[in-house]
Amino acid sequence: MLPQFMISRRRFIKSSAAAGALGLAGAGLPLGAARAAEATIGFIYVGPKDDFGYNQAHAEGAAFLKTLEGVSIVEEENVPETVDVQKTMESMINLDGATLIFPTSFGYFDPHMLAMAAKFPDIQFRHCGGMWTEGKHPKNTGSYFGYIGQGQYLNGIVAGHTSKSKKIGFVAAKPIPQVLLNINSFLLGARAVDPAITCQVIFTGEWSLAVKEAEATNALIDQGVDVVTCHVDSPKVVVETAAGRGAFVCGYHANQAPLAPEKYLTGAEWNWANVYKMYVEKLLAGEDLPNFTRGGLADGFVKMSPLGPAVTETARTQFDDTLAEIMKGGFSVIKGPLKNNKGDVVAAEGQSFPETAPELEGMDYLVEGVVGSTS
Amino acid sequence: MTDIASRPAPGFQSPALSAALEWLARRAEGVVIPLAALVVGMALFSVFIALIGKSPTQLYELMWRGGFGSWFSIQNTLSRAAPLLLAALCVALPARLGLVVIGGEGAIVLGGVAAAAVAVPLAGAPSFVGIALMGIAAMLAGGLWIGAVGALRHYRAVNETISSLLMAYIAIALMNHLVEGPLRDPASLNKPSTHTIDPAFVVGPIPGMDVHWGLVVGIVACVAAWVLIEKTRWGFAARIAGGNVRAAQVQGLAVGPLIVGFCALAGGFAGLAGMIEVSAVQGNANGSLAAGYGYTGILVAFLARQNPLAIIPVAILLGGIDASGGLLQRRMDLPDATVQVLQGMIFLVILVSDTLYGRFKAFNPDLWKRSA
Repeated sequence: MLPQFMISRRRFIKSSAAAGALGLAGAGLPLGAARAAEATIGFIYVGPKDDFGYNQAHAEGAAFLKTLEGVSIVEEENVPETVDVQKTMESMINLDGATLIFPTSFGYFDPHMLAMAAKFPDIQFRHCGGMWTEGKHPKNTGSYFGYIGQGQYLNGIVAGHTSKSKKIGFVAAKPIPQVLLNINSFLLGARAVDPAITCQVIFTGEWSLAVKEAEATNALIDQGVDVVTCHVDSPKVVVETAAGRGAFVCGYHANQAPLAPEKYLTGAEWNWANVYKMYVEKLLAGEDLPNFTRGGLADGFVKMSPLGPAVTETARTQFDDTLAEIMKGGFSVIKGPLKNNKGDVVAAEGQSFPETAPELEGMDYLVEGVVGSTS
Repeated sequence: MTDIASRPAPGFQSPALSAALEWLARRAEGVVIPLAALVVGMALFSVFIALIGKSPTQLYELMWRGGFGSWFSIQNTLSRAAPLLLAALCVALPARLGLVVIGGEGAIVLGGVAAAAVAVPLAGAPSFVGIALMGIAAMLAGGLWIGAVGALRHYRAVNETISSLLMAYIAIALMNHLVEGPLRDPASLNKPSTHTIDPAFVVGPIPGMDVHWGLVVGIVACVAAWVLIEKTRWGFAARIAGGNVRAAQVQGLAVGPLIVGFCALAGGFAGLAGMIEVSAVQGNANGSLAAGYGYTGILVAFLARQNPLAIIPVAILLGGIDASGGLLQRRMDLPDATVQVLQGMIFLVILVSDTLYGRFKAFNPDLWKRSA
């Protein structure tokens, strides 16, 4: 059944391309009429679809949608956050008849997606990043995002059990709130195992800068770090460099186990297939799409990579117990007493911030035990 | 080519027709050779596409539709071509002095930052004042940056290709520092940006089109640069210095100021491209300013053989390839790298075709009479 469906979809695209050549598309009719039964959904990625990272995580979600009946997926990769992405959205609407578009990069939101949303009020736009605000942004737009910090906390637990040197490392892109929460969560996870562990962080300054990521990884390992994780668009370079130097790695964004099967411990992965499925089911049922959606491990927005062969039995037990605790909901990684690495109190005794706490969205500190600076 | 060569010898024609033919033949070379190279490059690419099991005819049909086949596609192409015009001038102007400047990206990002920085205190000022001052600030920033490359070249003998490229990295780092530090809008948490400019300072679309005024600015700049190089004494002096610096110095030409001045103007154009990105597209300065226009501009300038007028069609061609690239990905399931392979092939064939100039009798009327 499935292969047949695939073939018919390809044929359909071919025939609609041919029809377009005859001038249908030129007349401004986006082939929409011919596709009444089918919904066309556009995905736009800022990097390559197979980057073992941020973009691959979204592309895996899109690939899952391709297995559903009644939807047709169009994808474009390596689209910069300039007028290019505006034109890509417009082209998907005008030439492909897309009615729902997922521009997946953070920088696509303002002004690019908002400009297109104003121009095409009948088209739905959902953006990954959590910036949509009621009353401020149009109703045909929206945001979805996941709380992945707890995934980094679980990474930290496994890292804490695995590290012999009691030094773990983090290669980070920019000192922005989302990244800082991940770094802090990773260290706090490790400290839940052994409070003597420290985490060295290096910021590369860019989301995708392979040379600096390799340099940072090497520098961490030269300083005695033996478990590394990261928050950059594509963890591929960090994972391969670290494993090549004999260090263990925890993944991020997607599953990087194929890159280092022996050295890969676990990883915090997005589970976008789940989120995209929700949108598409609502779209096909003719319901309104939610404007603001968020969730973490407990909500199926985030998942953990299967534990690797190097993970010990004690590590596995603590990992499983903590995961079970998180799945109950309301788990707080950031809780008092907690100081930042300059000695100031960031959470008093008894104070705790669950992942939904708005305070976390403005995080501007590194916790005690993280070696590094935000500026 | 052969139809011109096989015409009867000029002696048998009226002098006016003969003169017209000669005029045409001399100019045809610069059009026919690049066009032929383009066709050869695309033919080679067809082989590549056929080898990976896709249909070249479908590919070119989609490229036509995506790049030029409808009013929407044409506007899409022109939008993408707009920043390339000014970026390419940053390469083409120094090239006439024999300099290979490849760091236009640095001038673009600094131009953008400068424009955004002056826009903040100007908020509330009349529209034209704001836009003019943003443009001036951007041109100054870009001009200083590439002007410094020229000065390093002339007065300190630093290779301009290397220095401009390295300075582009410094410029991007400087932009990141300013955008994430002193100029940051505190509300821009996860995507550090400067404060958004006053809506009055936004350069809007050209009436009747969905393309911003940057396209017109780019075309005017290309024409002005052509006039400067071909029709003024400064351009003449620059061409002499580009041909032979020693000869120019012997003639008493001020080569140093010429080099610095042309580089500064080139950088100014690139800076202006950054200002237009901020004003017409982004609304503030942020990391997305480093979108690679400066590097694509190198390709455009070389394909245009450093001729400012030729930059216009070449930029539109590359804008069209870029615009259709998305459709190729979506309809033929080809990776984005396909478009880069095509660009690479065309670039290579056009560079190779440089060796063909002066080899065809058809383009050289002086040779017609000899054989007649």
